[in-house]
Amino acid sequence: MSAGTAEFIGFVILAPVSVLAALGMVFNRNAVYSALLLVVNFFCLAVFFLFQQAQFLAAVQVIVYAGAIMVLFLFVLMLLGVERQEILRETIRGQRALAAGLSLLLLAGVIAAVAAGVFPADKAGLAAANAPGNVQAVGRLLFTRYMLAFEATGVLLLVAGVGALVLGKRWPDLAEEEEAQAGVPAEPERAPDTGPAGTDIPPVEPVAETDTPVPATPAPVKEPDGDKQPAPVGEARQ
Amino acid sequence: MTVGPNAYLILSAVLFCIGVAGVLIRRNAIVVFMCVELMLNAVNLSLIAFAQVRGGLDGQILSFFVMVVAAAEVVIGLGIIVAIFRRRTPAERAAARRENLATNIDDVNVLKG
Repeated sequence: MSAGTAEFIGFVILAPVSVLAALGMVFNRNAVYSALLLVVNFFCLAVFFLFQQAQFLAAVQVIVYAGAIMVLFLFVLMLLGVERQEILRETIRGQRALAAGLSLLLLAGVIAAVAAGVFPADKAGLAAANAPGNVQAVGRLLFTRYMLAFEATGVLLLVAGVGALVLGKRWPDLAEEEEAQAGVPAEPERAPDTGPAGTDIPPVEPVAETDTPVPATPAPVKEPDGDKQPAPVGEARQ
Repeated sequence: MTVGPNAYLILSAVLFCIGVAGVLIRRNAIVVFMCVELMLNAVNLSLIAFAQVRGGLDGQILSFFVMVVAAAEVVIGLGIIVAIFRRRTPAERAAARRENLATNIDDVNVLKG
């Protein structure tokens, strides 16, 4: 079996899988299933990269995309609550039907452009460029012709890391100031939720201006957004 | 039997359009981000197909840079989603918990000054 036939068989099997995984990602109600279907799609794309002599990028695709980025997505999904439902009310009337129609139109346009033969149907192949090995060739290009861009992406990653740190930090002064303006009692840091509905736990006093320590709560501290008790703490305090 | 570059380009177009539809249709902010990732990956696939057509590795390098920028973008985007989620007032938080609502893409409106 030649390499071309193997590629053909692999493409025929994996192209529908990747398209179905992408469709499932868009139309699945549960966001965790969406994330896992996206991982399936990324793996299919990694195999396509292998077929096209991009071995280094296939490895990067699996490690960075299917590994790091999707773990980050799942982390945030779990942090913000998994079993929450999407708001299905349309902000713009008829947006969903319009969006589906327009994307089908876009698909028809792009496929027409590809089928019109704008791009050459025969490929030059990467045998010459990949002669020292794909990783070696890509590395040589990265550190010679694309050196400046490579350094710039290093700076970009540093800035992104610092920015994420700033975005994720809690600013207690800012929160107190805004809540004082709005006249809403300040919510204490790490507000413990009320326990199960039967137990009677006194609500925690807000510690806005005094430095009195927060009274210890006997109830098991639950994640405020993870439970479905009908007595939310923010409402009880008003 | 071989697979020409056109097959990869059409597959890439299909995946990209699915991503576009997802961004426009879904209201959950995290799923919208996933659809953006899908679009970026579809473009990577076509870049690598172009690299093979052209016989040089520059398309692969560009695809590599797209991956790096996508990683940075995901970090910042998810940070913004978490920050928006945290900045809700207690009343809004209680309402969202009572109705068990996910992060809505319309919450991005709080970024307006």
